[in-house]
Amino acid sequence: MSEARRRLLMRTDWGIVYQNARDGLRMKVSAGANVGERLMAIGDRHYGHIRAEAVDWLERVEMDLGRIDDLPATFSGGMQQRLQIARNLVTKPRLVFMDEPTSGLDVSVQARLLDLIRGLVGSLGIACVVVTHDLGVVRLLSHRLMVMKGGDVVEHGLTDQVLDDPQHPYTQLLVSSILPV
Amino acid sequence: MTPILDADVMLRAERLAKSFVLHNQGGVRIDVFADLTLEVRRGECLILSGPSGAGKSSLLRSLYANYKPQAGAVLVRHGDEIVDLCAAEPYRILEVRRQTLGYVSQFLRVIPRVPTLDLVTAPLTDRGVDPDEARERAGSLLARLRIPPALWGLPPATFSGGEQQRVNIAMTFVQDYPILLLDEPTASLDVENRRTVTDLIAEACGRGAAVVGIFHDAEVRAAVGTRSYDLAAGREAA
Ligand SMILES: Nc1ncnc2c1ncn2[C@@H]1O[C@H](COP(=O)(O)OP(=O)(O)O)[C@@H](O)[C@H]1O
Ligand SMILES: [Mg+2]
Repeated sequence: MSEARRRLLMRTDWGIVYQNARDGLRMKVSAGANVGERLMAIGDRHYGHIRAEAVDWLERVEMDLGRIDDLPATFSGGMQQRLQIARNLVTKPRLVFMDEPTSGLDVSVQARLLDLIRGLVGSLGIACVVVTHDLGVVRLLSHRLMVMKGGDVVEHGLTDQVLDDPQHPYTQLLVSSILPV
Repeated sequence: MTPILDADVMLRAERLAKSFVLHNQGGVRIDVFADLTLEVRRGECLILSGPSGAGKSSLLRSLYANYKPQAGAVLVRHGDEIVDLCAAEPYRILEVRRQTLGYVSQFLRVIPRVPTLDLVTAPLTDRGVDPDEARERAGSLLARLRIPPALWGLPPATFSGGEQQRVNIAMTFVQDYPILLLDEPTASLDVENRRTVTDLIAEACGRGAAVVGIFHDAEVRAAVGTRSYDLAAGREAA
């Protein structure tokens, strides 16, 4: 794949939600502009339309619309992740990569964000590749699971099968290390 | 080669073997069953019997592809096709579970913070049933299982054991699965609710579902069972 083609796909068909919101957001422009500029990048020039789409997506990720003109730096960690998700989904990608999307957030914020991701991915029919070390996130979000160790895939398959009947020593160790609540 | 099943066979386990190797406990190996073959036909309720630890739950989980058998096949009649769950891709297994194969586990495990009524409605709306109709059907089943409407808006996490088990049953019985796998669905229920669940199982068989179940209660076994398979002995009993 050529570099130009890859860049086009990054703008149109792919989305990336980074572990650290600062890597995925532009901290010096408003929340609304963070969402809007992704539309401009694929050629939308109509201000009214861009603004309406931005409002719609901020609502879908359950953000307070009163904050649309605020800078992301003033947001909580959970809100920054919501903004990243809105910024990614506004261009209707078909494939989204998420790197530890909920790590570093409060447990209650984590749960709501996971609900949101599950709902959006399901209803929009997006394919999602999620990197996480949290097996609760795995069970809740994923259909398929690949277990990696030292750069190698040691086991993969249907998520509940891999978690309930792990075959590889490393997977068995991971599953048996979950703390009971 | 396409696997073949008799016209009214819904599920067939063929020379199935299940063992566990506990790598982090000195590599201990537990052989649960081997060379196990059984068939379940339309309208039939096969009871898995045997003492605790005999492997009843492991077999049921293997039939659902939640456990991974070491050898053999699990052939499922899925619409017009026969799918071997031991060889199928994950997306295919999920499709079979969505449309053909229902499983009631011993304990309820659900997404946290989702209200009970939504949990029971979701399997229907996922299959494209109109949301209003889906809620209606979910509500009437919850009512039949004596879950008070005041609880429908709450997540089941704080419910009693018996209430959670009835929510679990509702989530599966809300749709008319062609095949049902039931792991002690009546274990923590009082007499009245046990009877309701017995009725639900009998109704499912009546409409042609194939059922495989584990039941501790002799009364339930007598009411719904058409045949039993004894795991300790590894053969079919009368
Ligand atoms: N996920 C698992 N990992 C390791 N051993 C298991 C697992 N599930 C079941 N077993 C073992 O398999 C045997 C059969 O258990 P089970 O199928 O639960 O029996 P039953 O339902 O008849 O009481 C037991 O020795 C149990 O410890
Ligand atoms: Mg059991």
